[in-house]
Order: sequence, then C-alpha cells, then structure tokens
Amino acid sequence: MPYQIIVCGGLAPDPLQTLEPVTTPAGPGLKNELMLPAVFDPWAGHALYEAANLAKNVPGSVIKVVSIAPKAKLQQVMMTVAQKLPFELVPLDGPGGGFTDSASVATALADAIAAIPGLDKSQMLLFGGWESATRGAGVVMQMVGEKLGITEQFLAVDELKVDESGALIIKERVEGGRHQVSKCAAPPAVLAWATGNLPEPSNHPQTGMANMRAMMPALQKAKAAALTSTLSYASVALPAVTRQTKIVKDVPAAQIAQELADWIKQ
Amino acid sequence: MNPLPSDEPEVKPLDADIVCVGYGPATAGFLTTLTRGLQEESGQALESRAMPGLPPQVLCYERADDIAFGVSGVVTRGRAIRATFPELPLEEIPMATRVSDEKLVYLLDPVGASRRPALMQLADKVLQAFGVKQSGWELPYCPDFLHKRDGFILSLGQFNQWTGQQVMMSGLAQIWPSTPVSEALIENDKVAGVVLAGDGTEVRAELTVVGDGPVGPVGRRLDEVMGMPAGHARDEWAVGMKMVVELPESCTLPEGTVFHTIGYPEPEIFGFFYVHPGRVASVGIFVPSWLETPARTAYRYLQHFVQHPYLWQHLEGGRMRSWGAKSLLESGRRGEPHLCGDGYARIGEGSGSTNVLTGSGVDEAWLTGTQLAEAVLEIYRAGLPFSQENLKTRYEARRRRSWLEEESIIAERARNGFQRGVLTGFIGMGLAGLTKGRVYVPRPVEDKKAARLEDFYVGRVSHSQIEKIRERCARDGKPLHDALMDAAGWPPIQFDGQLLVSHQDALLMGGKVQAPSDTPDHVVFLEPDVCIACHDKICIEICSGEAIHPGSGVPAFDHEKCVHCGACLWNCPLENIEFCAAPGGLHSAEN
Repeated sequence: MPYQIIVCGGLAPDPLQTLEPVTTPAGPGLKNELMLPAVFDPWAGHALYEAANLAKNVPGSVIKVVSIAPKAKLQQVMMTVAQKLPFELVPLDGPGGGFTDSASVATALADAIAAIPGLDKSQMLLFGGWESATRGAGVVMQMVGEKLGITEQFLAVDELKVDESGALIIKERVEGGRHQVSKCAAPPAVLAWATGNLPEPSNHPQTGMANMRAMMPALQKAKAAALTSTLSYASVALPAVTRQTKIVKDVPAAQIAQELADWIKQ
Repeated sequence: MNPLPSDEPEVKPLDADIVCVGYGPATAGFLTTLTRGLQEESGQALESRAMPGLPPQVLCYERADDIAFGVSGVVTRGRAIRATFPELPLEEIPMATRVSDEKLVYLLDPVGASRRPALMQLADKVLQAFGVKQSGWELPYCPDFLHKRDGFILSLGQFNQWTGQQVMMSGLAQIWPSTPVSEALIENDKVAGVVLAGDGTEVRAELTVVGDGPVGPVGRRLDEVMGMPAGHARDEWAVGMKMVVELPESCTLPEGTVFHTIGYPEPEIFGFFYVHPGRVASVGIFVPSWLETPARTAYRYLQHFVQHPYLWQHLEGGRMRSWGAKSLLESGRRGEPHLCGDGYARIGEGSGSTNVLTGSGVDEAWLTGTQLAEAVLEIYRAGLPFSQENLKTRYEARRRRSWLEEESIIAERARNGFQRGVLTGFIGMGLAGLTKGRVYVPRPVEDKKAARLEDFYVGRVSHSQIEKIRERCARDGKPLHDALMDAAGWPPIQFDGQLLVSHQDALLMGGKVQAPSDTPDHVVFLEPDVCIACHDKICIEICSGEAIHPGSGVPAFDHEKCVHCGACLWNCPLENIEFCAAPGGLHSAEN
C-alpha cells in the first residue's frame, strides 16, 4: 500500500554560527536571527531521509513537508534541501527561532495538514523530529497527532521496517537506555524520529529543479501561521561551552587520556 | 500527487536562459539589477527563450553551503552599491555601518624580528625619538586614492545574504547553494552552459555569467581555452586572512572606526582593523605574492599583527568570533581576461576588476555585475543573441566608459615598484596615486618570485639550522613555518584560548570548515615526481587551513580542513596543482 508521508520540519539557525541570545521587543530571540544562515532542523532531517527511503521502497508513495518558518528563510533553505529528494512543500510563514509555544505550533501544523487536498488519512504516516534543534520540548508531534485524531504514536523512533503483511515494525527508545519494538498493523501513525540510520542524501540538481517548480508558487502563496503564546521567559542562554587549549609535546597517549579524564571529573 | 521515482534521478541536461557561476558581490549586483529590470517590464514581461511562455529562467550556482559564506572584511566607498540602493538601509544589514573615523597608521616593529630595510629602521628610531606612542604613527592624512571616509563597513557574508534574499524573493532567479560547477560547456568556441560537479548535469543556457572569483574552475578553464588578451597576465595575488573579534568591554573605539596599517609584521604586509556595530571588529592582513619568503605563514603573521601594541590596546581581552581566509587576485586590469565571448561574460574579481591602488574590490565587482545586467536587459529587449559582438558593444563598452576603467588604468602600474623592493613599492604607489597614474615606477622585466629558504634567511637562520628544522618537521609531519619564524626571532605565541589560539582551533572556533565526506579531494598534485623534487613546497607553508601537510614526498591533503582559498594553486611555482570544483569550505556568515 503506498503511503502518504507528511513530514513536519521547521528551520533552525545554523548551529555552526556564533549564536547569541538577546531580548527583542517580541521576546527572547537570537542576535541577527533573520540574517543567520538557517538549516533544515537536523531532527526533522532524519525523519525526512527515512521518509524518502520508505517512499522509494514503496512505489506510489508521496512525501509532503509541512514547515513553519520565515518565508524568505524557508525559500533559501529549500534551495539546498530540495536537491536531496523529491517532495512537495506546504509552507507556513511564521517565526522560526524556537521561542514559540508548542501547543500553538502544533495547532498550526495540524490545521495545515488537515487542509491538504486529497489527503487520505488511511494511508498517512506523520513523521517529524522527536525534538527540535531550536527547543527540545519533545511534545509537538504528539499534539499534532492528537489534533488529527491519530492515536498510534511512536516517539524517539530509531528504526522502521515494514513486514510482509504491511505492518509497521517500529523500534523506539524508552527509559533506561533500552529499545522497545512495537508492531502497528497499518497507518495512520505518528513517528517522531530520534536518529534514524540514514545519512544525508547527496544533492541532485535535477531533483531540485523539479521540486522548485512547485515550491516557488507554494512559497509565494504561503499563509501566515497564527501562533499565539502566553509563555514568558525568565531568562534565555545557550548551553555553556568551555574550550581550553593546551599545547603538549611528546606526551604519551595514555597520559593525555588521563589528563582528559581528570579534567572532565573536575 | 506525483509518485516518487524508485531510483536515482536520470541525469539529463537542464535548460535555462542565463546561468551564473558563483554568488559573490558581482553576481549579487548582476542578479539584483537583472531581476529589477525584469520586474519593471510591467505588462510586457520578457519571455524565456528556453521555456517560451515563462519569464526568463535565471539560475545561479554557488559552491558554498550558503550564500552567506563569503570571506572579506569590507570597507568600501560603495559608489556602485549606492547607485543600486540610493537609500542603502545599513540598519537592516547586520555588521554594516558608516565609516566614522579613518586612519592610515605606520606600525613600528616592537619585537625586532621584522625584515625592515635600513631606511625603515631609521624611520622607526626617529619616530621613537619623537615619542610615538604605542609603536604606531598615525599619518597626518590619508591620500584621496586610499580614503573610504564617505563609505561604509560591511561583512561580505551578511551583505551577500541580504542581497540574496531580495533576489530570491523576486521569484525571478534561483540561487542554488552547495552546488559547485566543474567547468564551462564549450561547443565550437562558444560557451553553451556549464557542467555541475557531482552528477555531471549539463545546464545549457544562452548566456553563462562567470563570477566564480580568482580561483574558480570555470574562469580558469575559460582562460585556458580562450587565452588571455595580449600583454595580460595574472601574476599578483595575496592571501587575505582575518578574524572577527568581539572587542573587550574596555574598548571605547566607536563603530565605524577604520585603521589601514603598513609596516608590520613584515614591511610588505598590509593590515586592517574595522569596527562594526555591537563592539565587533574585523582584523586582518594581506600577505602579497611579492613577499619573498617561501614560508608565508599568514596565520602566524596575523597573530603577531593583532598583538602589535597599537592594536593590542583595543584587542586585549577580546574573543575570536570567526576566522577566514581567501586569496585575492591583485593583478587588476593587467590580469583582465577576455571579458566576453559567444555565450559568456566575465564579472567580478575573476574579470580583473579589483583595484590594488585603492585597496577596493567589492564595489568594483558589484559595478561589473550591474553593467552586465543592464547590457543583458538591452540585448533581451532587442531580441538579439548573446554573441560576443552584442556583449562587447553593450557590456564591455559600458565598462570601458565607467569610472571602473578610468581608475583601473591609474592602478595598473601602481604596484610595479614592489617587484623591486618595499620602499620602491611605496614610492611607486604614492607617485601613481598622487599623479593619477601619470608617474610610476617601471615594472622590471622579470617578476619577483619567492626565494629559496636558505637564501631568504641568510644572516638570520643558518643553513644547518634550516636543515635541522626540515628534519624535525618532516619527522613530526608539520609545516616549517612556525619553526622558521621561531628561529628568525619571532616570539612564541602565548595562547589565551580566546583570541590567541592555535591555527586548528581557529578553524574550529571561527571557520568551522564543512566538507562532505563522500566527495573526492579537490586539491590534486598532478605529477608526483615534480612534488618529490620540489625544494620548498610552498603549498604546505602557504596553506591557510593547514590542510596540506608534509607527506611521503608528495604533500598530503586533507579536504576536511581546506577553506578553499586557493593559495596553493597560485603559489605552486611548478604549476603542479589542480584545484577542482568542490562543495564545502569555510562556514561562517560573519566574515
């Protein structure tokens, strides 16, 4: 049975840039947020690559990516992502910095998915990142599923297989560093991915050109995502990063390892 | 809903009207002007010739992961940029500001290791006797040809991103990052498009716009096939290396402050210090091709430069935010290739637009792009083909009539003197600048080349010391440059872990090189025997990212450290390096 795979995935500021939290009139944000290079959220990226692999192995399947992000940013990032695999984009113009209320984001995503013409829920797999790189709340996919009435939900997914009967065999992370394997007879289901196993696909300019023919008009018509939030932030900070450079010469590897271990223990 | 293909997409040619190679300031100028022109065709939009019924199909391919990843600290008068944006909203462009104070500073040698000619040593002593503070003498005036006081400071990465967003939002051009172009598609002496690296897709277009900079493979290939105009040659380059620094809270320099420096760490090395908004500065140096040393370690020189007391008073306690390096084509008009031919036009730095007298390139590159766009719109409206003749009469003629050409002619001979020595160079530059090119120092018959190590260090490091350093570095797999500078009297760098860090840490903290693991090496040593027989292996010493290391005879290349500056390519005296198209490179939007 071909699948209709919906991948929820927003953008995140490129984590390799210098990120600096600041207070803006609209609440907390990142310095020069709109001018920072953005990437497709790496967690959602796993979901997208897994979706592409599944669709390739089940002929007739289609992928649609639903994304809330500033329209200009989304267009720029899609110039790279669209080269990697064929999909249609359902864009929503909205903030992409991560300082948004999860419930509000989930409502906007669910409404956009419900409005996709010709969507057959009986064939639908809802993919997304378990968390997002901008804010690891880990609840958005659950809420989107609930709003769409999908009760089969799998979180922190590491692997998906389809058996001969068409049932989904899903490996999830659970507490205590263990995995749980579940069997789901058929769609619809929510799969919020933790890592997946697939690398980032290479670029194919042909695919990109074909994708963008539909994406450009879709982006131009992107509706604003009405995100409302009652959240307030007491403080915002990046995770502390400590870098200590020490130049050593002619030191045995064992001694270096010991020094590192001692440093980590401090 | 269209079903997905079950296999990799078939590689078939793509059709477009205009394909651009590289997204820098020249292509930004081209696409900004072109898309504006296309938008203004109200009611009678120009029609694509490749896809009738649609607007012209304009594609631009950029090697880097994002159009924001350029490298340059820019202070510019911005005449061409302001002609495009009369009300340039600097407040909308991060790190942009107006120049508020500009100084030309002569830096004395505070460590005694700089190779200064006797006259400069005397000048140092005289200045010290007159109580010059902080070992830097602020010249009483900045010559008109150098000043940028009516201009602004930019981060090229941020500026590229700002222009790119506007171009993309027009919906009339597509800019594809992470997509290197390997070569031009040449058929019967006509450029018919480009070939993309990776899957080898041919993109066929009536016009190919080549703006891939000084070491771009498309521009270089065109020069090989089409040749260079008589008397033109590309033989002057520089490695530009910079840090973006978060200034310490104690620093009171206002944003818009600009220092141009001369004299240190070597007399041939020019430096710069620009203060952006938000207590951030760009600090860097240019290491020119006529610096004779075959151990041209730009990074170590940069560290000594930032520690010069004149600058250190503002920088001490600061933190490196990002780091970058690129090579610059400094031949100017003398290195100008054929600007156009059937089906192609050259713009930007690779078209020889950089002005070495005024130390300006971004604005000039922008102008070449806008001039080409105006020409393209004319040609389109007239329904003419993109032939050499049509491009010459509309694009090249515009360039010849503009201030760019006038100033390029003045600049053309401005650096002849540096081929004879640094003092002659400064005198020649001053003469050419002040007399608008009427008086200049003649260029020697033979260009200055890097000396052998043993000759360069005569009197400072003995042959036996050099031999010991060679052996030790070969054993440790290290370049020679740090050990040679130590031996020549340069003090060791006291790393503070914030601003003064090792070269590899600078890459991690500020450059963050990205290199796809599944692509082949893009720096290729052509003939192993040639490398094995090479005495000085300047490629190792000049490498901006320390990506080239001593190997077993042939240098070893690590593409995960390469910043794509291309310095190895132009420094190899034996022309034994191929620099191929590849994705990746420096990954910072602040440079």
